[in-house]
Amino acid sequence: MFRVVRVRVITMDFKLTEEQEMLRSMARDFLAAKCTKKYVRDMEQDERGYSPDIWKEVAQIGWTGLPFPEEYKGGGGTFLDLAILLEEMGRACFPGPFFSTVVLGGLTILDAGSKEQKQEIIPRISQGNSLLTLALAEASGSYQPEAITLRAIPDRGVFLLMGTKLFVPDANAADYLICVSRNKDKSKPQDGITLFLVKAPVQGLKITPMNTIASDKLCEVALDSVMVSYEDVLGKEGKGWPIVEKALLRATAARCMEMVGGAQQVLDMSNAYAKERVQYGKPIGSFQAIQHYLANMAVDVDGCRYISYKAAWKMSEEPDDCQLEVATAKAWTSEAYRRVSSMGHRIHGGIGFTLDHDMQLYYRRAKAAEVTYGDSDFHREKIAQLIGLKS
Amino acid sequence: MDFKFTKEEEKFRQEVREFFKKELPKDWNGIGFNVEDEFHNPEVLSVRRMMARKMGEKGWLALSWPKAYGGLGRSHMEQLIFNEEISYHGVPGVDIFGIGMIGPTLIAHGTEAQKKEHLGYIARGERFWCQCFSEPNAGSDLASLQTKGVVEGDHIVINGQKVWTTGAHFADWCFALVRTDPDAPKHKGITMVLADMKWPGIEVRPLYNMVGAHSFNEVFFDNLKVPLANVVGGLNKGWEVANALLEFERSGIWRIAASQRLIEEMVKYANETAANGGVLAQDPLIRQKLAQLMVDVGVARMLAYKVGWLQSNHQAPVYEASMSKLFGSELQLKTAEVGMQVLKLYSQLTEGDKRAPLWGRVEHWYMSHLGRVIAAGSSEIQRNIIAWRGLGLPRT
Repeated sequence: MFRVVRVRVITMDFKLTEEQEMLRSMARDFLAAKCTKKYVRDMEQDERGYSPDIWKEVAQIGWTGLPFPEEYKGGGGTFLDLAILLEEMGRACFPGPFFSTVVLGGLTILDAGSKEQKQEIIPRISQGNSLLTLALAEASGSYQPEAITLRAIPDRGVFLLMGTKLFVPDANAADYLICVSRNKDKSKPQDGITLFLVKAPVQGLKITPMNTIASDKLCEVALDSVMVSYEDVLGKEGKGWPIVEKALLRATAARCMEMVGGAQQVLDMSNAYAKERVQYGKPIGSFQAIQHYLANMAVDVDGCRYISYKAAWKMSEEPDDCQLEVATAKAWTSEAYRRVSSMGHRIHGGIGFTLDHDMQLYYRRAKAAEVTYGDSDFHREKIAQLIGLKS
Repeated sequence: MDFKFTKEEEKFRQEVREFFKKELPKDWNGIGFNVEDEFHNPEVLSVRRMMARKMGEKGWLALSWPKAYGGLGRSHMEQLIFNEEISYHGVPGVDIFGIGMIGPTLIAHGTEAQKKEHLGYIARGERFWCQCFSEPNAGSDLASLQTKGVVEGDHIVINGQKVWTTGAHFADWCFALVRTDPDAPKHKGITMVLADMKWPGIEVRPLYNMVGAHSFNEVFFDNLKVPLANVVGGLNKGWEVANALLEFERSGIWRIAASQRLIEEMVKYANETAANGGVLAQDPLIRQKLAQLMVDVGVARMLAYKVGWLQSNHQAPVYEASMSKLFGSELQLKTAEVGMQVLKLYSQLTEGDKRAPLWGRVEHWYMSHLGRVIAAGSSEIQRNIIAWRGLGLPRT
């Protein structure tokens, strides 16, 4: 009996490992079963935005703990492993506070939290017992440090948080809100910023849902003298902006992965429709205009896929040196997914223009993803700096 | 998943860079350099031949060919890296028709006699080739070609006309597709032949591209007699042979490397050019345009590397090479278009004008790179291929 010896080609590799492929296929199966389009639509109307039963299952299969070390009851996975999961979630339009809790909350605490904070909160995340979010954006809608005007006023040994955060995902459900505030005015806007772990509910904290295109539970978070202590500081007082920058980098790369899944699904749906919809005696996919639309979509989707996986891979390998990859991925994917979602509608014609059809689910999510964590203009400016254009 | 090159591959890349630094003439400017548009320039041609010989001596021209045929048997990725560096540094000398096309074709389909006769010269950079495929009435629809080949005894007698033949005016040999069975379905009546450009019956007439350069030609065959021994892959098998491009390095990385080099120069230009009390680089619109070009370079590179990865693993690209060609060639044209926007009024100045920015190379690209999205399978044809082979849509 001959043993087949496969000679491994030693060079760069576009393939996932066997374990990663298994993670992907299990995720796809789980989401196909539990995250039906009916569930997606129901949760758009639901106040909470997710089913606690499904959240429990998601925790049980290890997703909420995936990127956290085993010492915090996590799965010890890499950012790349998480990326694979996020792609499948994007493909399925999986609703709920996973992104907020794991990416915005958990990974930020893992990065910047004290030993006590990590030990207290991360195992709870891993086991599905705590929901988190990051309250960053404000009225200006900007991701620059100048945008931070939420005040942290020192008052007899504590801080009082005064101000308003907007577009905070899943604040309505979160147990902890990481609030980015300004406690001192310094000459540089990125100095004097402090992150506070606000445990909800708390006096002075008022959360109001915003009506959004993606029905994604973005909230206004109004803080009126919300009391926080020095123990609630995440990282160092006045030195919070670098933590925010890293959180934004992870959020951006993670969002791109969701977009890859969504864009791929739109391409798959559109390709299938073009083959089955018959007009003038032929499938409309026989006509060159449709073929070229789909070819352009394929270029956009493959582009999104490789550039986003490159960013996720670099984030896993060198989290301190992935700014260019992440900015490139978001700059490209923001516009590419928008193009794809628009083109998908053109191909589906009238039927895609209904509420019942799934196309609009993706079109709306594509737009929300495009503008969150920096649109293409924002990331192009980052790239301009990184490629050495004088400012 | 790992998007790094190996240490050995990076070492090879460095070796290639050092070689170019050492062997190129000191005043060589490879930025945005289009060798085909400089064929009329005897200085450039002499550098081309010199670099061909030097790289040939190192075995680098036939880097990934089997050693038995004069190659170094190096990996596919190393070939890709070499192509990337050649293009980034604008190094002339690689005859793409010989090295990239007929060489690998002969390795796959040639007779031993053909391999013995030709591969050595190609690998040493001593023989240049041209590709006689397109005709006035056979462009995108190449299979409808009409140049006739009639078998007479142990020869094929060829009559007809080819067009867009790059480098025919100094090529030593050509490989041509001719119709040997006019009654067969069009793809099944084509034969590939090899001919010495000095044989009687071949006439080359220059064509001038819109840059004003003599890069391509018309080639007329008037009772050209080609021995049957010069048929590649068998009579009437020419279409399959021409399309069996599996072994060719098809990533198209060269398009990206050349574009990136020119974009980097545009960044320098923007940093050094005064505008509005500061420099051009501070203009938000310029920043956005140049940044987007670099985004496109990033995406294009991944598409190209994907092809390289597939071929490294002995998998034939299904649609990926088409996607890379489409994206890469459109990137080249876009690089020129954006570059011209950056140069504004000065974009009008051509090579040779003392005020022409970036040596007039952006203006040159603006004129010459329209050809990139048309030649070697136009963007429209590539989209067809992506639709048919990549997405399974019905062929029209």
